[in-house]
Amino acid sequence: MAAPGGFGGTDFKHEDEVVLGFTKSQLLAFGVMVAFFVVAPFFLYPVFLMKVLCFALFACAFNLLIGYVGLLSFGHAAYFGMGGYLAGHAAKVWGFTPEIAILIGGAVGGLLGLVFGWIAIRRQGIYFAMITLALAQMVYFFCLQAPFTGGEDGIQAIPRGSLFGAIPLGNDMAMYWTTAGVFLIGFLLIHRIVHSPFGMVLKSIRENEPRATSLGYRTDDYKLMAFVLSATLAGVAGGTKSIVFGIATLTDVFWTMSGEVVLMSLVGGLGTIFGPVVGAAVIITMQNYLAEFGAWVTVIQGAIFVLCVLAFRRGIVGEIGNWLRVRL
Amino acid sequence: MDEIFGIPAPLLFGQLLLGLINGAFYALLSLGLAVIFGMLNVINFTHGAQFMLGAFVAWALLSFLGLGYWWALLLAPLIVGAFGVLLERTMISRLYKLDHLYGLLLTFGVGLIVEGLVRNEFGSSGLPYRIPAELQGSWDLGFMFMPIYRGWVVVVAIVACLATWLVIEKTKIGSYLRAATENPALVQAFGINVPLMMTLTYGAGVALAAFAGVLAAPIYSVNPQMGANLIIIVFAVVVIGGMGSILGSVVTGFGLGIIEGLTKVFWPEASATVIFVVMAIVLLTRPAGLFGRA
Repeated sequence: MAAPGGFGGTDFKHEDEVVLGFTKSQLLAFGVMVAFFVVAPFFLYPVFLMKVLCFALFACAFNLLIGYVGLLSFGHAAYFGMGGYLAGHAAKVWGFTPEIAILIGGAVGGLLGLVFGWIAIRRQGIYFAMITLALAQMVYFFCLQAPFTGGEDGIQAIPRGSLFGAIPLGNDMAMYWTTAGVFLIGFLLIHRIVHSPFGMVLKSIRENEPRATSLGYRTDDYKLMAFVLSATLAGVAGGTKSIVFGIATLTDVFWTMSGEVVLMSLVGGLGTIFGPVVGAAVIITMQNYLAEFGAWVTVIQGAIFVLCVLAFRRGIVGEIGNWLRVRL
Repeated sequence: MDEIFGIPAPLLFGQLLLGLINGAFYALLSLGLAVIFGMLNVINFTHGAQFMLGAFVAWALLSFLGLGYWWALLLAPLIVGAFGVLLERTMISRLYKLDHLYGLLLTFGVGLIVEGLVRNEFGSSGLPYRIPAELQGSWDLGFMFMPIYRGWVVVVAIVACLATWLVIEKTKIGSYLRAATENPALVQAFGINVPLMMTLTYGAGVALAAFAGVLAAPIYSVNPQMGANLIIIVFAVVVIGGMGSILGSVVTGFGLGIIEGLTKVFWPEASATVIFVVMAIVLLTRPAGLFGRA
């Protein structure tokens, strides 16, 4: 059982892991998710689905830190946004193919995560959240002034290019399958990390850091490694998003974006594998339908925050798992 | 005294004064955050929104009731403080047993609600608020002109910080507060109503933020975002100073304001990020903060 009031998902009676560290119920949920993303583009607008996929990967990356290490990073927009800017710059100015551009986005997110993580893991809990937020705000001001980001205009007209220089992505369906592929790789990577021996140490840090230290683990190294992995995947998500939409702007590095990814994970369920995906889908759908109401989106997002924290801390997937008595 | 380090003196002193003003707000806000955190173990993310509410209440008192600046200075902290008390009683108090980060998430959400509602009602563009007649004009200090209102803000902020320090360090209620910060269970066992103290502490911290908001109204335009952008800088200030000492928050607040002002003179491009850079350097050398206890 997770510590009461902590951020980890709840563990129920032990279920055998069948394939790739998935339990039976997780395998079923994974099948449902994949089936949905295979069928969905024939019924729903692919551009909308691609947005969901990008944010789902972003939220999964964020959840790796809070759900499995217990670190609340309130500045994940920095890695997402910078990944987006650099991927956009690489595709547009340097003329790289999209997969290289996305990898550059991930590398930039990871490097930034290495520096910021190194600074931030010196403090814990609330301080860690405040430090990551402040560092991300520094990145925002940097992007506001740096010449290559285009300031208020952002980087526009980023070409989608051709995957591996062979498959043109101008077609929405081709772009969709690419995005879905990126998401799936990221998702499985996070799943693999969480279920590796490394991931077990992360969870022990979440549960009781002093004890993990006394068992001989250099907890700071583990936390930093997790931070870098999370930031890298956030950068990949940001990079993919700017390739899909052909634009990278200040919105993606602003603190509101950091808040949104927290909200997505919270709504879906912190510390669950599928929660961030569901949360991203819910929040993006809501934003889509409420776009015309302007500031009401902010009000409703705030209200969801309050509601989740006060009455709904397990999130959607966490509640379903609790109801079915399985870990999802 | 026309030039100092090759910089025209009026420019240098002007930016120093501006730095002092910003420092005054950093000090007032980080003080409120520190007092709330000490007692409730909650980082009040709504602090920025409450600062903004203070300014808006001042504006509304003037526009709808014709009550001017001096009334606002008294009433706005009371009104916003009462909102804080309500918030603590109905929501924040439910989270004390959970991970402290839930308090941060909750107050962040409340901040979004408040900011969104205000933006719906008044739009994003700023509302003007005039400097009260008694404080208009400026003094000629010989080397620069000093707008009276700005001097007033700095002085009032220092007085408010000193008053808070006196209340906490020198009065009986302050000693209860310090004791309850150290060990709430024991203080409760002595028959002191700790939950009530927590509520009032939160209310007082919020009132301090609203007070700062009223002070800020005539300087900055009164707009929904005025608090959100400020509060992130204040978080950095809190990390630099450490939340252990009241005097520490005040000194750090003013000090960083001045550093920011000087950066505007010598390297304008870096002025928006200098406080965050200072934060990073402090974390690398003294992780507990300048005045913090590890």
